[in-house]
Amino acid sequence: MSNQETPHETTPNKKSLAPVPHGTGSLVSDWPIMILVRTRLLEFSRRPAAMFWTYVFPLVMMFILGSAFRSQGESVSQVAIVSGVHAAELNTLLKSSPELAVSIVAPEEGLRMLRAGRLALLIRTSTGDGVLPSSSAHAVEQPWEFVYDPQRAGGRTAELLVQQQLRLSAGAKDSLLFHRVPYSEPGGRYIDFLVPGLIGMVLLGGGLWGVGFAIVDMRIRKLLKRFLATPMRKSDFLLGIVFSRMLFVIPQIAVILLASYLAFSVSNHGPWFDFLFVVLLGGLQFAGVGLLIASRAKTMETMSGLINLVMLPMWTLSGIFFSYENFPEMLHIPIRLLPLTPLLDALRGIMLDGQSMFAFPLEMASILLWTIGTFVIALWNFRWTD
Amino acid sequence: MKFAIDCRNLRKTYPAKPPVEAVRGLDLQVQYGECFGVLGPNGAGKTTTIEILEGLLPATSGEVWILGRQWGRDNREIRQRIGVSLQETVLSDELTVAETVRLFRSFYPHALTVEQALAQVSLQEKAKSRVNKLSGGQKQRLAVACAIVSDPELLFLDEPTTGLDPTSRREVWEIIRQLRANGRTILLTTHYMDEAQRLCDRVAIFDEGRVIALGTPDELIRSLGGDQVVQFSFAKRQEPHSPVEPPTEILDTMRALPSVSLVENIAEQVRLTCQQLPAVVTALIELLRHHDFVLSDLNTREASLDDVFIHLTGKRLESDAA
Repeated sequence: MSNQETPHETTPNKKSLAPVPHGTGSLVSDWPIMILVRTRLLEFSRRPAAMFWTYVFPLVMMFILGSAFRSQGESVSQVAIVSGVHAAELNTLLKSSPELAVSIVAPEEGLRMLRAGRLALLIRTSTGDGVLPSSSAHAVEQPWEFVYDPQRAGGRTAELLVQQQLRLSAGAKDSLLFHRVPYSEPGGRYIDFLVPGLIGMVLLGGGLWGVGFAIVDMRIRKLLKRFLATPMRKSDFLLGIVFSRMLFVIPQIAVILLASYLAFSVSNHGPWFDFLFVVLLGGLQFAGVGLLIASRAKTMETMSGLINLVMLPMWTLSGIFFSYENFPEMLHIPIRLLPLTPLLDALRGIMLDGQSMFAFPLEMASILLWTIGTFVIALWNFRWTD
Repeated sequence: MKFAIDCRNLRKTYPAKPPVEAVRGLDLQVQYGECFGVLGPNGAGKTTTIEILEGLLPATSGEVWILGRQWGRDNREIRQRIGVSLQETVLSDELTVAETVRLFRSFYPHALTVEQALAQVSLQEKAKSRVNKLSGGQKQRLAVACAIVSDPELLFLDEPTTGLDPTSRREVWEIIRQLRANGRTILLTTHYMDEAQRLCDRVAIFDEGRVIALGTPDELIRSLGGDQVVQFSFAKRQEPHSPVEPPTEILDTMRALPSVSLVENIAEQVRLTCQQLPAVVTALIELLRHHDFVLSDLNTREASLDDVFIHLTGKRLESDAA
């Protein structure tokens, strides 16, 4: 009624609150969808960890894997010839193919390399079908045996490449004699190679998730801080986490062993004590790695990122699913410096070749060093409060 | 060993640009057997102070004695003798109530039984329930049970009732009263003024990292000069629902009314502290009518610590004022 009489000074704050109409003339940048998109982009760009994992990490992986496979030019099949008559001659013949990497090995060594997945194909003088090797004839005319695991990628390709090379050398003559021997005795199949890889993978994941993730979760829930307010010994807490992890390891590995034995007759050819010792030490090693990456992380985003950063190189390089011998020679040393590689090498040596852990002094030393090193740095660096 | 807690010239500065001074030269003495309240709005430095006293945060400077001992020298002994409930610890959902208390109990050389601790917070019937099945109030009582399982001489409770419904708050209050009656020293932080008023022997009001008032709740309220508060706004007679800025000369006239000790004008709201409520309200109505104003949004109540805080800082506390 008397609005006009109301002194202007009394309503300045009300005026500023009056809604501004969103008419048809309002800017496109003020549309709700535009504001929502802008808000999401701002939130994302202000989280450095998210930026890193989205943009930088895939590039890092691309460069690691890309350079690993590129430096070799074309892919090369690893082939070995068992030493004997004509071996050297065959070696020279096959070496002229750029797609074959050939070496001459002792019979036992050849089978071991085949078991360890370091060879695609083993060539030896045929002993079957009553055809005897002749010392006078040419290498091309010899009866050869091609030994490989038909279950494993690469064996068949290597065989075809070798045949092609032999045909080229024999000219038009099509008188090749060869005999294919599927290598599938227990201990030498792909599944035998895979099981120790899976055991290593389980130990790796268990340490990172079971120890690392669990600790960060407790830090976020302020449970670590609450524990710190009690007279609890820090060493009791950390040992409790690690011991409980080790207790999970035993049934986990037992299940894998039992299932692979029942389904595929995979078994351990080495001493059980050594196998168990290496498994437990490996579990401890990855508990240490988990503890180390959890020692300061304050958010789940950081922790997930760190776990990926640690896990992915080992998943791809250390030889869980295929031998790291397929990578170029120059990468072997950095690959063997990763904590998982020596563990897998020792486990395969014990399980597949029946060796003792003392046959792997370098590998055992590496596992021990990783274990001690990660624990020491983690304890020194550990953040209890937020 | 004169005080259960004695801290002098305590400072905590967080490195930042510019540095954040969370605690700025704080002196605090808590007697044995008293329930001492630390009051203040969010960001006043309450939690920083209590975490320094609990040994969870290092102070930038200053001295702290807890039960006559010092952090850095007697950590283990202090930790055995104090009980702590942090502001937002999330206990493990997968454990039961009894398992949780048993875990905390295991850290102490001498402790109550799990049953005794649960009885003190009336959670015996929930002993076998998972933590994730508890209500907010029950979880808070469980946190208190974990803090008292060692039968501590000194108990720190950081905002033990924040976020709880009124019934649950009263249950927690009852536990605190019981502990106090059993001779425990309690340091309690809260931003609920009524909670401090009901539970605490003495309170310190914090603002911006300093103690701005210290005393029993009664002393602090009496310092206002009256125990009744009248709160209202000015409005033009023609527009009784649109508050306007009160003219200064009328406020000055109010200060001269009988028994009025304080007149404050905060954001178009006048607060007047007095002793003779009916006489003052009658005089107010008369005074405003004389100047062609009316009283808007009038309310009267007994003075509280909230009023002390507003008087000291000119700010309101975020209080539910239950």
